[in-house]
Amino acid sequence: MLGETIRLLIIVFGVLIVALSTAAGLIWLERRLLGLWQDRYGPNRVGPFGLLQVLADMIKVFAKEDWTPPFADAVVFVVAPAVIIVSVAMSFTIIPFAPGTAVVDLDIGVLFFLGMSSFGAYSVALAGWASDNKYSLLGGLRAAAQMISYEVFMGLSLMGVVMQAGSFNLSTIVEAQRNLWFCVPQILGLIVFAQAGVAETRRVPFDLPEAESELVAGYHSEYSGMKFGMFFVGEYLGITLISALMTTLFFGGWMGPVLPPIVWFSLKTLLLICVFVLLRASLPRLRFDQLMAYGWKVMLPLALLNLVVTGGILIATG
Amino acid sequence: MEAVFYISGAIAVLSTIGVITRLNAVHALLYLVVSLIAVALVFYSLGAPFVAALEVIIYAGAIIVLFVFVIMLLNLGPQGSREERQWLSLKTWVGPAVLGVILIAELVYTFGLQPSHPAGVSVVEPQQVSIALFGPYVLGVEMASLLLLAGLVGAYHLGQRDDFRRPAQPEAEESKTGTRSDYLAHEGRALSSSTEKGAGSEIGPARLKGDEQ
Repeated sequence: MLGETIRLLIIVFGVLIVALSTAAGLIWLERRLLGLWQDRYGPNRVGPFGLLQVLADMIKVFAKEDWTPPFADAVVFVVAPAVIIVSVAMSFTIIPFAPGTAVVDLDIGVLFFLGMSSFGAYSVALAGWASDNKYSLLGGLRAAAQMISYEVFMGLSLMGVVMQAGSFNLSTIVEAQRNLWFCVPQILGLIVFAQAGVAETRRVPFDLPEAESELVAGYHSEYSGMKFGMFFVGEYLGITLISALMTTLFFGGWMGPVLPPIVWFSLKTLLLICVFVLLRASLPRLRFDQLMAYGWKVMLPLALLNLVVTGGILIATG
Repeated sequence: MEAVFYISGAIAVLSTIGVITRLNAVHALLYLVVSLIAVALVFYSLGAPFVAALEVIIYAGAIIVLFVFVIMLLNLGPQGSREERQWLSLKTWVGPAVLGVILIAELVYTFGLQPSHPAGVSVVEPQQVSIALFGPYVLGVEMASLLLLAGLVGAYHLGQRDDFRRPAQPEAEESKTGTRSDYLAHEGRALSSSTEKGAGSEIGPARLKGDEQ
């Protein structure tokens, strides 16, 4: 009993620490990889390979003046950045990193993730509203519209996986991929989910809420110090979460030959994170009406088509 | 699980009171979100995880975000709070409060009459909910989808641009065909008047200079 409790505590804090330090490490990884793909060096001055850049950035963020604008709605302004960290961190609880190694083996795992990811929209929308600044408000509005639209396709794209596995439980979904990873039969679902994931984390090419060429910095224009840092870390936590989920739902989770399960899981997740960075390095930003039209006119029909085809095949094969 | 039920129930009641009494519309909506999450937890503790998840995804995650979206666009500001304060007078409270107390009394009375059923003993899985929805209750599902379709068509009709709905009127055509120079001259006037106003009033830069000295 005691051993079980200690094991659970180790898993809980292990997941939290690994997720947060991966997010911090991504700040360095992303800038180095962007440098590589854009034919320049990136941060390489502080420590070996510039690895201590993360530490330098952290000292900078903590030492900066943490300013709450006098015209802002103070309570909402402070709560908004916390909401995004909490909602993303809560989603990590359901991910099975290895057989039996998840904080909670929830039967409604996929639905839990969708519910938590929908709270992210509050964080950015309220941050934009509470700042009482027109650029922030525009960024917040864009974020709210974009995130509720893309949540629809995100949920629909996962239903094909749920139908094939016959469960919302993530461990069961991984077990169902023993013979064939879902990235093959659910290729349409994977395409839609990956793009909805980029939109949910508000990354290039869907980073309209913070388009710096038109909106200063969008919803976090008024944020400084550690509150800005929380939005920053929230974005990288989001990337890690979406990559880990794609690994779990479409790329066989912890499964793989020879190496231990946790290593396979980490490798697959890291590879997908690099794909996220490659997207940022190579794609331009869309216009907002293009983003909405693309979502509703291309993604939604694709997700529905995937649902109908998967359902039809499942019924036909019994 | 019983403690979870009572605590989240209490939070639901308190935050719903917050929804009614907050003067700022966005703060009221935030209390509504908390209330919905608390209700989801109540469902979860009663053994209905699927309903709990749907409550969070649909109500807290989608519908209230739309409300926030609209209220952000309205930009109510302090004037809205002042109006709300006037509307929330003691006189408007009396009627609903009396009726509400009668309902609560009835509820307590019925609780006293019936032997209580144990809740949360069996967990209702998503499969069971789906089988019930698409088995005995399929007519209800179909009717709900018809209602949503009607709403969708109505919203599409209202959202159409004016020039699609009625033939273009001659005077509207004339005002549209102004030359570019007319437009620029008009814009220039608007710009110069706004800068004059800006110089007259004490805004940002002037005040900042004062702070430095």
